[in-house]
Amino acid sequence: MEYQAKELFAKHGVTTTLGIVVTTAEEARAAAEELGFCVVKAQVKAGGRGKAGGVKLAKTPDEAFEHASAILGMEIKGLRVNRVLITPATPPQEEYYFSFLLDRANRRYLCIASVEGGVEIEEVAKTNPDAVKQIPINPGTGVDAEKAREIATEAKFPEPVFEQAVTMIEALYRVFTEEDATLVEVNPLARLEGDKLEALDGKVSLDDNASEVRHPDHEQFVIKDETDPLEAKAKEKGLNYVKLDGQVGIIGNGAGLVMSTLDVVAYAGEKHGGVRPANFLDIGGGANAQVMADGLDVILNDHQVKSVFVNVFGGITACDEVANGIRGALEILGDEASKPLVVRLDGNNVAEGRRILDELNHPLVTQVPTMDGAADKAAELANN
Amino acid sequence: MSIYLNKDSRIIVQGMTGGMGSKHTTLMLDAGSNIVGGVNARKAGTTVELGGQELPVFGSVKEAMTETGADVSVVFVPPAFTKDACIEAIDAGIGLLVVITEGVPVQDTAEVWAYLDGKSTRMIGPNCPGIITPGESLAGITPHTIAGKGPIGLVSKSGTLTYQMMYELKDFGFTTAIGIGGDPVIGTTHIDALAAFEADPETKAIVMIGEIGGDAEERAAAYIKDHVTKPVVGYVAGFTAPEGKTMGHAGAIVSGSSGTAQAKKEALEAVGVKVGKTPSETAALMREILSSAG
Repeated sequence: MEYQAKELFAKHGVTTTLGIVVTTAEEARAAAEELGFCVVKAQVKAGGRGKAGGVKLAKTPDEAFEHASAILGMEIKGLRVNRVLITPATPPQEEYYFSFLLDRANRRYLCIASVEGGVEIEEVAKTNPDAVKQIPINPGTGVDAEKAREIATEAKFPEPVFEQAVTMIEALYRVFTEEDATLVEVNPLARLEGDKLEALDGKVSLDDNASEVRHPDHEQFVIKDETDPLEAKAKEKGLNYVKLDGQVGIIGNGAGLVMSTLDVVAYAGEKHGGVRPANFLDIGGGANAQVMADGLDVILNDHQVKSVFVNVFGGITACDEVANGIRGALEILGDEASKPLVVRLDGNNVAEGRRILDELNHPLVTQVPTMDGAADKAAELANN
Repeated sequence: MSIYLNKDSRIIVQGMTGGMGSKHTTLMLDAGSNIVGGVNARKAGTTVELGGQELPVFGSVKEAMTETGADVSVVFVPPAFTKDACIEAIDAGIGLLVVITEGVPVQDTAEVWAYLDGKSTRMIGPNCPGIITPGESLAGITPHTIAGKGPIGLVSKSGTLTYQMMYELKDFGFTTAIGIGGDPVIGTTHIDALAAFEADPETKAIVMIGEIGGDAEERAAAYIKDHVTKPVVGYVAGFTAPEGKTMGHAGAIVSGSSGTAQAKKEALEAVGVKVGKTPSETAALMREILSSAG
């Protein structure tokens, strides 16, 4: 969110105004009393906040109170606004756009800069693409003072703010590399009265892998009340889970196979009342009883779920281990396991895996040998 | 024939003494791979017994290559150390670098890719199952028991979908199956593998498995149009994935209108690639092609 991006900007020496983050209209009034003429800005992870009515100018503390009352609780692109940022109103003389991002197609970084338009950058890119400069960055050599100067020159930053731009470009690149971001965007980068350059609004996307490996402090940016409770629970248990909006719970091994399973279930659902996959859950290679139980526990707590499809291809994992995992999970869960389970096992040690489940003869468990057949069965059960 | 890896490949394992490394070194030996040693600076000079073989541990990739003539390295080191392990192997001049490690920071991979510029090393991965030439050699974690040798070349972003597809087509078999990984930045791409399969006389047809995110499949489609004469069958996972949610692979995220499975399917179909809706339908399409070719 904006206020978090600004914290990272400030940490690395990018000129910005942090403002005050509040969660109630009363606090917004108090903040406005401190700041004077101010802007009340919805804090959600979505673009187009202004157009959605989530950004308002407030001349007085009472106005700040009113705007905050209206904005808090509203939904922007499906996201509920739980906090607003109050910042001093500083009307820009000019607005620019600046970003560093990962250019995955070219396997390097890219700097995008434009001095013709900040927030309307997408429009500028369409009508006057030459005004939007794209400058490739070699990840090996990065951005030093010289490269920053080259970027500022190419982007045509005007003379009065040129040196500030060079300094800011270096600082923004530090945000990009030292925080392991995949995107650092300033929009608008504003030229304020007195030719002062400041990051008025911004966005930073962080690389989860890097946060895991070397940025334990990034945990603070995860906002608990913004996370789906089932996703939060899954994360606690170390599960790779994404909540979706359907009726068939999905457990599988390997990201690709699970994505494929969601598709196959959605196709099958077309014949069974339009039921859809309820989630993405990849239990990875080690499908032991505890992981299987944790996964089932999360999925069975999703009240929309009517049936569960366990789709495992035994590559390294042997199917007998998975079958034992399912058996163990059902024992651990006991009466909590209340919805039908369709299991498709294939691959390594499949005969033994299927035998274990046949012998278990659990009333909730149905085995189907193929992925398509099992998806069909799970969709049918979810439509009952 | 095969691509990138064959029975003469001499393989070392970086991270062989770790849990993943030792387990999969044993499985690679089972698959017939010629594993000639491992690398771990702290255990240099010792040996490790795996799969009934006494394997030497060297202090560096350079030393391992000098002593054994190794030309392939498989990397199992933890993500925090993967970049350094790759750079060491590239500096030593390894021919093929297969990076299995999952969870590598994307900027580390981008730096390694920049470092590879002008060097002779081919990198596969990271976050991939590696490469298998059935009946000859395995450099990675693909189960060698799924399918044998045959006329199909396979390239895939996903590990388990590779296994699933090999299983569906096990009666035909594969020249080489390569998992390129689902990270946003990877070494070997769909296009690289397509070019290599096109040039390989024993590969009669190619299966290409993609997934949501990025535009690698679209670019592969453009490449197929101009450069690939062999039949290609495609599969794309993630039709039901919502925008903005990461589906397991760091690269599997749909942003805006780009990177959707539908867009990828259409791009591939526009250049004559038959695209299956499911893995089994994709296998059936391949089956038709190979059966009619006799």
